[in-house]
Amino acid sequence: MDQGKHILFRHRDIANLRDLDVYLAHGGFEAFKKAVTTLTPQQVIDEVKNAGLRGRGGAGFPTGLKWSFLTKDSFPRYVVINSDESEPGTFKDREILTHNPFQFLEGAMITAYASQANTIYNYVRGEYWDVVAGLERCVAQLYERGFLGEKLFGTEFKLDFFHHRGAGAYICGEESALLESIEGKLGQPRLKPPFPADKGLYAKPTVVNNTETVTNVPFIIQHGAAAYRQNGTEKSPGTKLFCLSGHIQKPGNVELPLGTTLRELIYTHGGGIRGGKGFKAVMLSGASSVVLKVDDALLDTPLDYESVAAKGAMLGSASVIVLDETVDLSWVILKTTRFFKHESCGKCTPCREGTFWMLSILERINQGGAAKADVDLLQNVASQIQNKCLCPLGEFSVTPVLASLKTFRGDFDARTTDGAPKAAPKSAPKKAAVEAGD
Amino acid sequence: MLTDKFASEITEILNRYPAERRRSAVMPLLYLAQSVYGHLSKEAIDEVGALTGVAPTDVAGVVGFYSLYHDHAAGKRRVQICTDLPCALRGADAWAAEFLTRLNLKKWDETTADGEFTVEHVMCIGACDKAPCFQVQDSTGIHFHESAPDRAMTVDEAVGILEGLKGK
Amino acid sequence: MADQVTLTIDGVSVSVPKGTLIVDAAKRIDNDIPVFCYHPKLKPVGMCRMCLVEVGRVMKDRATGQVVLDDAGQPKVGFGPKLETACTTPVEPGMVVVGASQKVTDARDDILEFLLTSHPLDCPVCDKGGECPLQNLTLRHGPGKSRFVYDEKQKNDKHVPLGGPDDALIFLDRERCIQCARCTRFCDEIADDHVLGFYQRGRKIEIATFSEPGFDSKFSGNTTDICPVGALTTADFRFGARPWELTTSASICNHCPVGCNTTFSTRREAKSGGKQVIKRVLPRQNEQVNEVWICDKGRFGYHFIESPARLTAPLVRKDGKLVEATWDEALTRVAETFKAAGSALVGLAGGRLSNEDLFAFKQAVSGVGGKALLDAPLAGGDLTTVVGVSAGVNSGAGTDLGQIGKGTAILVVASDLEEEAPLWWLRVKAAAERGATLIVANARPTKTDRYAKHVVRYDVGNAVSTLAGMLLEGSSDYATAFAQAENALVFYGREGLDFAGTQALAQACANLLIETKHVGRAQNGLIGVWTTANAQGAAELGLTTTPASPAVLAAARAAWFVGTDPLGDGRLTRKDLPPFTVVQELFLTDTAKAADVVLPAAAWAEREGTYTSGERRVQRFYPAVPAPGATRPDCQIAAEIGKAMGATRFGGFPAQVFLEIARTVPAFAGLNYAAVSKVAPQWPDVGGRDQYYGGASTTNLQGLGVQLPSAAERGTVPQAARAEAPALAHPVGTLLVLPIAKLYDRGATFAPSTLVHPRVPAPFVAINPADAARIGLADGDEAELALDADTVLVVAKVTADAPEGVLLLPVGLGVATPEGPAPARVAKSARVAA
Ligand SMILES: Cc1cc2nc3c(=O)[nH]c(=O)nc-3n(C[C@H](O)[C@H](O)[C@H](O)COP(=O)(O)O)c2cc1C
Ligand code: SF4
Ligand code: FES
Repeated sequence: MDQGKHILFRHRDIANLRDLDVYLAHGGFEAFKKAVTTLTPQQVIDEVKNAGLRGRGGAGFPTGLKWSFLTKDSFPRYVVINSDESEPGTFKDREILTHNPFQFLEGAMITAYASQANTIYNYVRGEYWDVVAGLERCVAQLYERGFLGEKLFGTEFKLDFFHHRGAGAYICGEESALLESIEGKLGQPRLKPPFPADKGLYAKPTVVNNTETVTNVPFIIQHGAAAYRQNGTEKSPGTKLFCLSGHIQKPGNVELPLGTTLRELIYTHGGGIRGGKGFKAVMLSGASSVVLKVDDALLDTPLDYESVAAKGAMLGSASVIVLDETVDLSWVILKTTRFFKHESCGKCTPCREGTFWMLSILERINQGGAAKADVDLLQNVASQIQNKCLCPLGEFSVTPVLASLKTFRGDFDARTTDGAPKAAPKSAPKKAAVEAGD
Repeated sequence: MLTDKFASEITEILNRYPAERRRSAVMPLLYLAQSVYGHLSKEAIDEVGALTGVAPTDVAGVVGFYSLYHDHAAGKRRVQICTDLPCALRGADAWAAEFLTRLNLKKWDETTADGEFTVEHVMCIGACDKAPCFQVQDSTGIHFHESAPDRAMTVDEAVGILEGLKGK
Repeated sequence: MADQVTLTIDGVSVSVPKGTLIVDAAKRIDNDIPVFCYHPKLKPVGMCRMCLVEVGRVMKDRATGQVVLDDAGQPKVGFGPKLETACTTPVEPGMVVVGASQKVTDARDDILEFLLTSHPLDCPVCDKGGECPLQNLTLRHGPGKSRFVYDEKQKNDKHVPLGGPDDALIFLDRERCIQCARCTRFCDEIADDHVLGFYQRGRKIEIATFSEPGFDSKFSGNTTDICPVGALTTADFRFGARPWELTTSASICNHCPVGCNTTFSTRREAKSGGKQVIKRVLPRQNEQVNEVWICDKGRFGYHFIESPARLTAPLVRKDGKLVEATWDEALTRVAETFKAAGSALVGLAGGRLSNEDLFAFKQAVSGVGGKALLDAPLAGGDLTTVVGVSAGVNSGAGTDLGQIGKGTAILVVASDLEEEAPLWWLRVKAAAERGATLIVANARPTKTDRYAKHVVRYDVGNAVSTLAGMLLEGSSDYATAFAQAENALVFYGREGLDFAGTQALAQACANLLIETKHVGRAQNGLIGVWTTANAQGAAELGLTTTPASPAVLAAARAAWFVGTDPLGDGRLTRKDLPPFTVVQELFLTDTAKAADVVLPAAAWAEREGTYTSGERRVQRFYPAVPAPGATRPDCQIAAEIGKAMGATRFGGFPAQVFLEIARTVPAFAGLNYAAVSKVAPQWPDVGGRDQYYGGASTTNLQGLGVQLPSAAERGTVPQAARAEAPALAHPVGTLLVLPIAKLYDRGATFAPSTLVHPRVPAPFVAINPADAARIGLADGDEAELALDADTVLVVAKVTADAPEGVLLLPVGLGVATPEGPAPARVAKSARVAA
């Protein structure tokens, strides 16, 4: 990637890009016009497939392929943009939506054209209240200028764009919970199948894509798949937004080609560890990360989907939380577990009960009231949740716990006393019986 | 009644969704009701139910599920401080403790004596690079207040921001 | 069979229809996969994760799509890394399901341990103890010891009334709830009452109601049956008894014509003086009648049986006073006088009596030349015996609403099904969801409209002409839909009609069925939405329906009222009574007070007998508790009177009378109690020892009943006849009062269930906003209705549900109501509220 030349963060290169005239002056909406007036939906899908664009919402699923899964001959269809961005350590979509809104809107609009959908809903977390207010002004301008509405560019294609605010629920980032939420229900995940491409919003074929994902699309359509592939690796082409937080010198977002090494990310772009401290561990995908112990091999790992997977972790949304040598992992895990317990939707048993139980053990450990056996119990409970949940949230909650227990067990043990575990298995039921006699 | 004063807003909200999917309007209408009434009482829930044709129990479920809807009255503004992992790594816990003390509050969820602010701790609000940070939820929406990229916001500054909000 | 799928579950091969879920396939071979959230009547949600199993699927080559074979040439089966929920996964050909492995056992242990971390473990005081799936599964799979620190348990509210503290029918224990959503899904999916939902999320998630009144559903009690723990209990039964102390006896609900199969749980208890008493009513599975549901009237409306006001001894009028007498004395007097009256004897029976009662009564009366009548407000019983739903003599399978879907038209006319026959409402709704074409014709909106493909709104008085209009080919979409449907059913009621009007409507319905060739075949026919449980039986036994009126008794020298109270209803007065009146009853009703002899009857729960449901199914009920005092079954009393008059010769035991019925009434030919009490395996299997219900007594071991063949099936060629409704006119300046039915009323057999009183509305009248404005009535005002004979005071409910010019006045709420549409002058009440 040319230094200073961004694909997603073009606002960093061009002043006032959030101004529609500026955006238009820099080629804005040419890709959308090109798609609608010169390409068939299938051609747009093929171009995106060729570009190898993968979903930036976390799973890295090939975007063009996803679009091609829409149930044939079933209309209306919907495009839903996932701007829920609630994974701790993630704040990239916010920057796009705030500073480069038109490129995002254009990408979403091309996505709608490719999917033959006439309505887009952008689901934005409620906390981004003012961001939505700004986006709504942008959308109004697009209607005024004829980029949204009926008969676009004189064709039969029509398109509407609406925002739907979330209201403080991480689970609504999960696509089926998100759809429930737009339908005015509790944000609890649906069973899959059916998948959104078959029965999504209002049980109609629906594409759900992350904000960053679709913001890539105008470039791909305008410059072609080959140009897009100049960045990144064979299997993970393009650039990616990395969110740097925690004990980093320069927190914030950076756009880098996929495959950039962790070392370059942290030391070149992030300015290194804050206060020059040692780099103990890193979480690459927010609170749901595998906590990785940092060593040279890890620092030299290219950050792309495959290489990170090979390390037993996930690149996810590339929310890089830096933990320096002062950090006690038992405290980190208390925080992540508190988050997942708070955000568990309550639908399935292992997640609802398991996160609650893990949290109570972790609180005890952190308060110094636990024995080593409690750490074993924590590990046990975490494994007990694993692979049994209805949706990935429950699985996410376990990932950092098991990873830290494997690599940093010492941090936990150090907090324990040698005494017997507080749990008094035999007396518990007795007590219950007595208390219940109310 | 919302319909008296906000008829056009309500129509605009309902028009975002297909005619037979009025339930989708429950969330935006709850935000509207909350901005008007301060919190979502049984009456507000019934009202949103009537506007959308959704049973009050179903509307209430939405209120209960999402953390930005409130079924109880609190101060005029809710100050929501992020103490989640990334912010906490940058000192949010200690910062928040000091903040509470400065407002003469003993614990979370208490309201300042003048009834202006209720201070709550929240999970990640997507501003991790600008910790410490908080947001203020009031009748005008939800607004961020966060540190500059290169310098952490002091508790003094934060209290100053709140002072500035008073009377607005 | 092409649509059968063969798979292997724990080494056993099983073939099931395509689309079957693994859990149900396993059930077919008695392999009980434990479940909590799954219920075969509800859509699967896969949320409790109890049913995890290992699932192997036949491997296919990605490129070629060919099945991969192993060395032995058998399809290779690949297992995924994760366990899958058996309750959401449909079977596939060649699938291999493993439930008996260590991995699965561990997973079940794990899930149970999770559930128990939040459960209070108060089994010793829990109403569900003994029939609790959680308890059962814990014994089978549970961890045996607790690793959870008890002090860290989340404390939740117990004894939460779902509704006001005084009007709640159901109580919730939030600690016991395992968040399986069976209750909320029942309300949403089955009852379509969105009155119960989840509140909060995560570990804080809880069941809550925000309706007015709380948990406002006529089906609320069912949630207590399907709740797999003791979280939901009825106000009636909670802390009432322990399940293992209970004796069960089968019964049939006698509140409406559906004929729901029920079970009484009884026990002897000190509190009741050592007597055997009813503790609760549960649904008993009958997939062709009520599936596994009953309405709350059936569940809570049994308390009249134990009322201290019950009659317990015969009473004979002496010196102007009713005094206790022996049966001999009373019966001798009755028989002598009746015999002397001969053709001047008029007998009027109520539709709550059993087949045996009605038959013995009819034989006794007609044996001396008298007239035996059914005192009921809805006509057409005679027609339903001819064109009523068919037993499918020629096809082998009878009429079953549960099997109805695409291709069938259902017409509901002049009836508010949910209020009049709640289970039919559920079944019709479900049929519409399966694709049946539902046509609802009424003068005003009802809840049934929600599922109607066609809502036909006629002006009051035009029900008959509307149906007649359907005979004109192509006159409307719905007429065409009805005519062209492969099968068609008609439910008709009496809303907006007087007795003569119902006669015409029944005929019009019959004509429609006859003309469109929807008679004499299974899944076709006419159903009367009777006001009582056995009006259909009365029709089958040949009783003529005639509502009690002064004219009916004009020439009578003696009258015999059995299970009916026309004086109490205001249809007769003392001066209309003949010189000699006998009343056979449970209570000292107004009519009984005016009688010369009063004969105390046993309630249906105190004896045996049969009812014939509106779907013409003869079903047996059994004694649950002993009959009080000197009471006797109605059929026994009638048989004794008949014998004493020399009119009949059969004995008075129900079984004997039934044999007599079978011998003499063609529709009953060949029937006996044994046939009526036959059972067959039912699907879904939700009774007994399995994990779905964990022991609540829904199992039906006592009889599925027998549907009667209609006369049309037995060879009678049904003929259409003229159907003309009497003209309706009301003077200028008046509005038309339309009596409507409410499920919860103040009827003698419901009023003693005080529990439900708060749900019985105060007398009200629904009035259209335009009319209300004209009269100056506001919602909630007291209105004065000047009817023909009475003036009544009621609360005005201003609602567009009342058509303009029409007042909807519920019957049975304690104010006088007309028999059919009647003019009334309305004004705001002058009375100042004290
Ligand atoms: C618990 C959970 C939270 C998620 N949160 C987000 C989110 O905040 N933003 C997002 O784009 N995707 C999120 N996802 C991923 C979405 O389910 C979905 O895969 C994504 O929106 C697809 O878009 P993409 O293909 O463009 O990545 C989340 C998934 C899970 C399981
Ligand atoms: S109350 Fe019973 S049925 Fe309802 S969610 Fe709780 S456990 Fe399930
Ligand atoms: S998940 Fe299958 S029974 Fe609950």
